[in-house]
Amino acid sequence: MGFSVEDIRKQFPALHQEVFGKPLVYFDNGATSQKPQVVIDAIEHYYAKENANIHRGVHYLSQKATDAYEEARRIVQRFIHAKNDYEVLFTKGATDGINLVAFSFGELLEAGDEIIISEMEHHSNIVPWQLVCQRKQTVLKVIPILDNGELDMVAFEKLLSKRTKLVAVTHASNTLGTINPVKEIIQKSHAVGAKVLIDGAQSIQHLKIDVQDLDCDFYAFSSHKVFGPTGAGVLYGKEAVLNSMPPYQGGGDMIDKVTFEKTTFNELPFKFEAGTPHIVGGIATGVALKYLQELDFESVHQHEMELLNYAQAEMKQIEGLRIIGTAKNKTSVISFVVDGLHPFDIGTLLDKQGIAVRTGHHCTQPLMERYGIVGTVRASFAFYNTKEEVDLFLKALKRSIELLK
Amino acid sequence: MTLEEKQQEIIDEFSIYTDWMEKYEYIIDLGKSVKTINEDLKTDDRLIDGCQSRVWVASEFKDGKLFFSADSDAIITKGIIALLIQVLDGESPETIVNADLHFIKDIGLQDHLSPTRANGLLSMVKQLKKSALLAMR
Repeated sequence: MGFSVEDIRKQFPALHQEVFGKPLVYFDNGATSQKPQVVIDAIEHYYAKENANIHRGVHYLSQKATDAYEEARRIVQRFIHAKNDYEVLFTKGATDGINLVAFSFGELLEAGDEIIISEMEHHSNIVPWQLVCQRKQTVLKVIPILDNGELDMVAFEKLLSKRTKLVAVTHASNTLGTINPVKEIIQKSHAVGAKVLIDGAQSIQHLKIDVQDLDCDFYAFSSHKVFGPTGAGVLYGKEAVLNSMPPYQGGGDMIDKVTFEKTTFNELPFKFEAGTPHIVGGIATGVALKYLQELDFESVHQHEMELLNYAQAEMKQIEGLRIIGTAKNKTSVISFVVDGLHPFDIGTLLDKQGIAVRTGHHCTQPLMERYGIVGTVRASFAFYNTKEEVDLFLKALKRSIELLK
Repeated sequence: MTLEEKQQEIIDEFSIYTDWMEKYEYIIDLGKSVKTINEDLKTDDRLIDGCQSRVWVASEFKDGKLFFSADSDAIITKGIIALLIQVLDGESPETIVNADLHFIKDIGLQDHLSPTRANGLLSMVKQLKKSALLAMR
C-alpha cells in the first residue's frame, strides 16, 4: 500500500488554515492530534441520528447506540490485540486510566509495598502514585535516566525486589521521545511478581501495540492523541488482574444488584464504567483507530522517521542549539533548547510565524530538573506533517533566534 | 501625562507595525534595553512563579506615588513588563488599583494575559495592583 501525505492531509480539515497570516504548521502533536474528517463526521452522525443512552433502553435508538459503543470496544480490542473485549475499559483518558489503577489496584497494596516509576514520567504517571503512597504507606522508587534520555536499566534491575508490586512506566517519553524497552521491563518485573502498567499516551499513535505480546497488565491511552476526541480514552487490563480489583467509582452501569444493605457489582468491563459514559467519545475512538488501522503502518512509520531524522540533522547545524533527548529509539519528537534563550520567547516567535510548538516543562518538572533547564521547545510530528513544513519551521526558528540574540 | 495618555502613546506606537514579527521585534528591543530590577532585589519573595517564565517585581512608595521595577528571564515577557511599567510608573495607588490596562488588548497582546498562557504576566498585573492596595492602607 502506498502512502501519499497530500492525500492524507486532505482528510484533516484543521491543517488547512492560516494563523497570523501564515499557513499553519502544526507541530504540537505530542499535546494533541488533529482529527480526520471521518471522526468529525462520526461525532455529528451520532448526535444527529443515534443519540440515546446505552445498556438500558428497550427502544431502537438505545440498541443502536449500544451496538455502536460495543463495536468501538471491539475495534480497540483488535487495535491493541487484547485477548477479550471486556478487558478494554473506556475512560476519560490516559490520566483517568492511571488514576483508576492507582485507586483500585492501590487498594490491594499494603504498607511497605513498592511502586516503581521512572524519572521521565509526566505528572499523570507520578502524582497518582504519590497519592497511593500517602493513602497506603507504600514506597515510590524512581528509575533514573542516562544523559541521552534512555532509562538506566542497570539501576532499574537494582530497584526490583520482592517488595515491588507495581511498575508504572511510559512507553514513549512525551518530552524526550525516548521509546523505552517495555517488553524487557515487563519480563523483569513479572519475574519478581510485580504487575506492570504501561502509559501509552505517547506510543499509541506512533507504534504497533500488542498488549498480549508485551504481556503488560495495564495499558492506558487517550483518544485525542490518536486522532480521536478529547475526554475519551482506554484502559486495557488483564482479566484476572481487573477482577481482583475493587471498583473505582460507584454509580449506574457498574452494578449488578443494589439494596441499601448490600450492592453487588457488574462484571467486566462495566464494573469499572460507572454512570453514563462518554458514548460518542467511545464510538469516535473506534472510528479513529479504524482509520489508523487502514493506513499502511510501515509507510506511516517510515515517513515520521524521515521527518525526525531530517529535522534533527538540520537543527544540529544551528549554533547554540541543543537537542534534549538523543535516545537511539525515538518517536518523532524533538525537544531542544538554545543557549541563552528562553523557550517561551522562541515559542512565541514561532507562533507568530504560523508554527505551533509546545514550550515549557511539558508536565515533566522532575525531568527538567534532571537536565538543569527551565523547559524546552518541543516540535512533535504526526504522519500528516511534511518535509516542506519542517523547512518552514527551520526558517522560522533561525529568524527567531536571530531576533532574540 | 495621564495614564490614559500613556496607554494611547503605546497604542499609536504599535499602530505603525502591520506585521506581527515587527511588533515583537519592538517588544524584544524594549526588553533588551530597559533598565529593570537590581540583581540583589531578585529574591524569592519578589518572584512571581509563572508556569514558563519567571518574573520578579519590586515596588517603591515615594511622595504618594508608586515606582516599579521588574524583570523576567524571558525577553518578550520582559518587554511587555517594560510597557506595563511605562504606563503605571509614578501613578498614585488609587489610579493603579482602578487602572483598566486596555492597551494590552489594543496592541494585540491579550493572549499574554490569559491564565492558561501561564507566563506570569497576569500574576504580575495582580501583583502590581496588590502593591498599590497595600500602599493605600
